[in-house]
Amino acid sequence: MTADDKSNRVVLKRLISYAKPYGMYLAGAVISAMISVLLSLLLPVFLGKAVDFIVEPGKVDYDGLIRTIIYMALFICGSSVFQWTMSYCTNKITFYTVKDLRNSVFEKLNIVPLEVIDKTPHGNIINTMVNDIDTVSDGLLQGFTQLFSGIMTIIGTIGLMLSINPGMGFAVILLTPLSLFVASFISRRTYRKFTEQTEIKGEMGGLIEELLGNQKLIKTFSYEDRALERFMEVNERLHECGVMAQFYSSLTNPCTRFVNNMVYAAVGILGAISAIRGRLSVGQLTSFLSYANQYTKPFNEITGVITEFQSALASAKRVFDLIDLEPESSDEHLPADILADGRVRLENVYFSYDKNTPLIEDLNLDVKPGSRIAIVGPTGSGKTTVINLLMRFYDIDKGKIEVSGVDINKMQRRTLRSMYGMVLQDTWLFEGTVRDNIAYGKEDATEEEIINAAKASYAHSFIKRLPNGYDTVITKEGANLSQGQRQLLSIARVMLIKPPMLILDEATSNIDTRTEIHIQKAFARLMEGRTSFIVAHRLSTIKEADLILVMNQGRIIEQGTHEELLKKKGFYHKLYYSQFNNTQV
Amino acid sequence: MFKLARYLKYFKKEVIIGPFFKLLEAIFELIVPLVMASIIDNGIKNKDTAYVLQKGGIILLLGFMGLIFALICQYCAARASQGFGTMVRNDLYAHINSLSHAELDLLGTDTLITVLTNDINQMQLAVAMLIRLVVRAPFLIIGAIVMSMILDLKLSVIFLIVAPLVSGVLYLIMEKSVPYYRVRQKMLDKVSLITRENLSGARVIRAFSKQEHEVERFEKANDDVADIAINVGKISAFLNPATFAILNIAILVILWFGGIRVDEGSLTQGEVIAFTNYMTQISLALVVVANLVVIFTKAAASASRINKVFEMMPSLKEKEKVMTDMHTDDHKDNGDTDKPFISLDDVFFAYPGTDKYALEDISFDINKGEVIGIIGGTGSGKSTLINLLPRFYDASKGTVRINGIPVQDYPINRLRGMFGIVPQKAVLFSGSIADNLRYYKEDATIEEIKRALEIAQARDFVERLPQGHDTLINQGGRNLSGGQRQRITIARALVRNPEILILDDSFSALDYVTDANLRQALRENCKDTTVIIVSQRANTIKNADKIIVLDDGKIAGIGKHDELYKSCQVYREICDSQIS
Repeated sequence: MTADDKSNRVVLKRLISYAKPYGMYLAGAVISAMISVLLSLLLPVFLGKAVDFIVEPGKVDYDGLIRTIIYMALFICGSSVFQWTMSYCTNKITFYTVKDLRNSVFEKLNIVPLEVIDKTPHGNIINTMVNDIDTVSDGLLQGFTQLFSGIMTIIGTIGLMLSINPGMGFAVILLTPLSLFVASFISRRTYRKFTEQTEIKGEMGGLIEELLGNQKLIKTFSYEDRALERFMEVNERLHECGVMAQFYSSLTNPCTRFVNNMVYAAVGILGAISAIRGRLSVGQLTSFLSYANQYTKPFNEITGVITEFQSALASAKRVFDLIDLEPESSDEHLPADILADGRVRLENVYFSYDKNTPLIEDLNLDVKPGSRIAIVGPTGSGKTTVINLLMRFYDIDKGKIEVSGVDINKMQRRTLRSMYGMVLQDTWLFEGTVRDNIAYGKEDATEEEIINAAKASYAHSFIKRLPNGYDTVITKEGANLSQGQRQLLSIARVMLIKPPMLILDEATSNIDTRTEIHIQKAFARLMEGRTSFIVAHRLSTIKEADLILVMNQGRIIEQGTHEELLKKKGFYHKLYYSQFNNTQV
Repeated sequence: MFKLARYLKYFKKEVIIGPFFKLLEAIFELIVPLVMASIIDNGIKNKDTAYVLQKGGIILLLGFMGLIFALICQYCAARASQGFGTMVRNDLYAHINSLSHAELDLLGTDTLITVLTNDINQMQLAVAMLIRLVVRAPFLIIGAIVMSMILDLKLSVIFLIVAPLVSGVLYLIMEKSVPYYRVRQKMLDKVSLITRENLSGARVIRAFSKQEHEVERFEKANDDVADIAINVGKISAFLNPATFAILNIAILVILWFGGIRVDEGSLTQGEVIAFTNYMTQISLALVVVANLVVIFTKAAASASRINKVFEMMPSLKEKEKVMTDMHTDDHKDNGDTDKPFISLDDVFFAYPGTDKYALEDISFDINKGEVIGIIGGTGSGKSTLINLLPRFYDASKGTVRINGIPVQDYPINRLRGMFGIVPQKAVLFSGSIADNLRYYKEDATIEEIKRALEIAQARDFVERLPQGHDTLINQGGRNLSGGQRQRITIARALVRNPEILILDDSFSALDYVTDANLRQALRENCKDTTVIIVSQRANTIKNADKIIVLDDGKIAGIGKHDELYKSCQVYREICDSQIS
């Protein structure tokens, strides 16, 4: 618990440091809250005075009454204005802080090692980015002012009551623990039921996700009746628990209202008796009654704020976990002006994703300018890993990778990456026009360059047929295009920047024959005279390669040309003949 | 919204008792200021301590009774609303289960999940509020006005002005700010879209060194969110101060005119205090009403989404006179073996809501025990074709027959009972591996399970797992590799020992050795089973008894590998391009 408290305090401190640039607004909010609470608390005092000016027929002091009313009017206006400035200032701090938090998270996402992004479920990151940060803004920042004005109200009320009549003030204060006791009793009960309900709700949500997410599958099993049974069983448990959870949680209002009533009655009785004894005026009694009427309200609010606070802290912790991710090592001091000459050398390279399972061991490769390297192997054999290392998406554990004779760890990442044009099988497009997507690597490209790149990659003809041609907006990462079309666009994107070297991942399937032919031609044109690494699935690509790397279980087990490897009668031979009859070859 | 109100009739008691007691509580609450006024006017003026104590006791009693009444009401509300939600959820889920693939396509999984969770919760909340507040809040408003009229008709004019004024302000602020919230949500969606794009495109973005550009793009979207939030904040910040000001100024007016009335002798000092109390009650109640309006507007939208699902009727129906006593074996006994087991006759199919045929003019026959390969590119109609066999969709034109009988003449469960289907996506359910294998056959024995795992080449790895087939599946099977998941889904279909086994591109995650062993095991162990293998890999279906080549929804060729390789260009192209 203490460790928890401590880390909560750390989180809170960091959060405040994010709000610091907006300290002016924070000060504004606090001062506004103080003034507005104070002014509104003074109202009952003056209400009491006003009532004392209206005693009975013939005993109405109009001069006194109008004076009091004017004072009250001023207080009301003042309090309203400061209530508004308080909300205004809180809004500003909240939304600016939230904006800065989101920006920090996003910036961090762009400089963390790729490993982090590969390993963390994307849904979690997006959830933190959107929902957790919203919770922080609702709970912590908005809650802060509520808490502050709540405490101000309680202190102010007690102070004013004591100053009007210490005896009765004490009586009200004595009743305070009662209201706290009731609130904590209910909230403990509610909390237990709520936890139970949250658990069942989670179970229900999981079940719904699983059943409805696979509804068609359910139908293939004719599983509908059993699914309904399972659903009804969980639903029934949710029902039982839900009734009690809802009942307990709805107790708060009536119970605090009751406590309030007791305070009200006590003030009424004690006040009236004091008045009879002449120690209190009717007006002062009225002031007391107004205070008593609203005395428990801030207590309720503070209890509510505290629960919100807790969940906001939990969210903030998740946000800071992202912000605290270790970034890639800095490379700003490294040289950036290295030109690619097409030479790539791998020397005794070792790499593994997980230290316990070695993957690439002692990999050596000497690539001459302009040659084509085909990487083949069964699914999951580690072909993508090689790409990850060449592009320095992952750092090697041991050994050396050189480009143009320079160690890739001794140049800026952007320099290395700009040497390669990369087309992956998992094509990536963003929400924007076709034109923007092609020009992604060269923002200042002219219309002519873009169209030429599209033509060279055989994408021009289908782009023209799109509803708005080059201005067609690509939705949801390319959902309105076929996979083949998406790949043609990624090829056009690389075609536009004319990189000195290439990394290509051939699509295995899912592409209609005609588009496939276009993609092959586009690839071929792209590769002319360039050092290229191709994750290859097509026979023609493999046959034309200068060097074939055969991978299995993360290792390069054979390398050579097509003929050499066939003669070896090893893994490649088996792979090749398992796929094709003699008649076909 | 009213259509769903029929569920409330099961909670008649709660719906009547709840608001009734709430009403009593509200009445008591309205009496309190009157009692207090009499304490001031009679007790203090006459210096009658006993009177004060007596009336004070009444206030306490009223408060206590009010508490009891409120508890009864809250309990009714909890029972009725939770019961309502539970019933609607059960019925809605049962209804979704009755829908066929065509309706599921139209509605979409995401919508169904939202409707079944959020929308029903929203309705549940509305029911609770209906019982708890719908009677109370308006009653308090009207009651306070009536009470003030009884006290002093002339002075009560103030209430008649203030109530509409506060409502007007509430309405105005809400009307101005609510559309902004919708815009803000859209902007926030943009922020999450850019985040998602950056996560899925991390490699491409880094390859092009576009990180700074992406940060700029994000910051712009993020600025928009902050701007709109601050704008809407400025408007809604008026809500509290405005109602506060109106209420208190009204109290000032009461004080002034109340003073005059007291001077005239038509009102007492205590009654003026009662008036100010009623004013506070009204303004609190009005805020509640404003919230109720929001809750019920949301609930109405939810109700219409729920009703939309309820109104969707399953398009596939069993015929009234289905052949319930049919046995496929009968036909064998009758010497019907010359009839093809499965036959498609000039079948055309278009997905509901489209007019382009996904399948055109498909005719072929399959004999019992044959191994059939279906090959073709994406969008060529392979999966669509196999969906017609267990009647997940009905053909738009033409007939699908099994055992010579149109599929529409079978009882649906009987028909689907003949199939074992392994879908493209290897989906496993939560529970143990054995639980998963029992999806097709609830009462499968351990022996049956072991045999299925054996054929599916999964026995070895399952037995090596710490808890064997009792190993729990995490998060849809994260603890298993893609190939392992795929083999378990194959075993799942085999447990039933189906007459027809459909493998819809189910070997994609298997390495070629496992792929070959699995096909070998199927050949040896499932001789009577008709096996339909859909694949993108020529190698997987090369040895099939019959290969059906699909191209753009049409049959491009049917035959054995060698014939097709010679005669069918599409098939040859597929074969020639592949090695992986």
